[in-house]
Amino acid sequence: MTPSPPRPVTGLRATARITARADARGSTRLPVLDGDGPLALRRLRAHGNQARVCVVGAMSAPLGGDRLAIEVTAEAGTAVRITSAAATVALPGRTGEPATYDVRLTVADGARLDWLPEPLISAAGSDLRMTTTVDLAPTARLVLREEQVLGRSGERPGTLRSRLTVRRAGRTLLDQETAYGPGVPGWDTSAVLDGHRAVGQLLVADPEWEAEPPDVRLLGDAAAERPGAGDGDGAGQGVLAPLAGPAALATVVAPDALKLRRLLDEAAEAVEAARSAAAG
Amino acid sequence: MSRAALLVLADGRFPAGGHAHSGGAEPAVTAGRIKDAATLERFCRGRLHTAGLVAAALAAAAAAGCDPLLLDDAADARTPVPALRTTARKLGRQMMRAARATWPSAELDELAAARPRGAHQPVVLGLAARSAGLEPLDAAHAVAYETISGPATAAVRLLSLDPFDATAVLARLAPELEQVAEQGAEAAHRVATEGTDALPAASAPLLDITAQQHVGWPVRLFAS
Repeated sequence: MTPSPPRPVTGLRATARITARADARGSTRLPVLDGDGPLALRRLRAHGNQARVCVVGAMSAPLGGDRLAIEVTAEAGTAVRITSAAATVALPGRTGEPATYDVRLTVADGARLDWLPEPLISAAGSDLRMTTTVDLAPTARLVLREEQVLGRSGERPGTLRSRLTVRRAGRTLLDQETAYGPGVPGWDTSAVLDGHRAVGQLLVADPEWEAEPPDVRLLGDAAAERPGAGDGDGAGQGVLAPLAGPAALATVVAPDALKLRRLLDEAAEAVEAARSAAAG
Repeated sequence: MSRAALLVLADGRFPAGGHAHSGGAEPAVTAGRIKDAATLERFCRGRLHTAGLVAAALAAAAAAGCDPLLLDDAADARTPVPALRTTARKLGRQMMRAARATWPSAELDELAAARPRGAHQPVVLGLAARSAGLEPLDAAHAVAYETISGPATAAVRLLSLDPFDATAVLARLAPELEQVAEQGAEAAHRVATEGTDALPAASAPLLDITAQQHVGWPVRLFAS
């Protein structure tokens, strides 16, 4: 690990950039792999034609007042998988200003991007506005996982607003804002989370589904015949369902990050099975 | 502005089929999340600030004259489960029938022709409000109110909840309803310059999950 650089008092600005490009033999290269500030990037061993990158937190961030961004471009015909080494923890800053974290993913024709970061933890007193904006070409493929944990263990959550916008071939496929924590009316109600403190999504876009979308699948306690009261301590619950376009979204709420991941993994397996059935 | 037209549009007896839908209250009652007036209020507050805000903004934008087909696409992008998209279109189709009979207009005819299986209900309601000479803020109020009156009425039937208590819940939420309608109308105002991205996209994970679960039940009292 590199030693942490000094932190500005007013919040830092950092934009990391990754560009994936196909070489003559069809392998994916990474001509741009520029970490910045707390967003250090590590190239991992490639997997077949797929390039792999890990985002390594080089310092504690985002803190209030920070402005972080990651821009990823998967050029035509590439395959790239991006993970992170550890959970991202949103913490309060010295100024009381919100932090921002903007993720911009662009996937060109014939390319596949897997964006699979570890959870984002909203610590007490933090205030983070996150945006994830995805632009997909008509034949681009995407696997995107987003996990939010509201508060560290036994702690009250901070304020976390996160907007996920996915455009495909110029049309908006999904536009969704989740907002939790102090100052957000109605967030901790039985219509929204009902006491669950971990919430996540898995979005998979695949042009193959233009003809026939994948089936709906209920996950965890939602799959029980007629679930009664007392969830919140249960396995968590969710649904994997097709969007109005060639994509499927799993939405899951769970008591903790571990149970959340278990259900999102179940959704991912179901999607992969549906995909190989469609391809075969 | 016509206050009387707003009363006609927002009346629970307006024949647009809303009575057959619980707005997510039926699965919430079964799961024990709604069991009395206090828990009904919490549920309604959550629905109001999420699904209610999005619907209010869509209706206000349609009432303001934004392209209803673009709004219909925006509604699809904000409705990630097929059960709720189907419900919204079914209710939209019924609203369209009632609206064309009540306040006929070329704009309603055009939308009906472009979306024969129904457009999302808030978009149709907004256009109906426009045909009735109402303002975008009126449409936002009507939709936001419906977001909570639906579950409240359903809870009375599902739990034999005292109708006085259920109505008191609605009255207690009135100031927040006002805020949500204003927020929705304000966002709708920005659609003209910023496009449909200016519309709110507030999501309620449990409403999505339980709506999709509910539609698979073999026996249910409400369609949604």
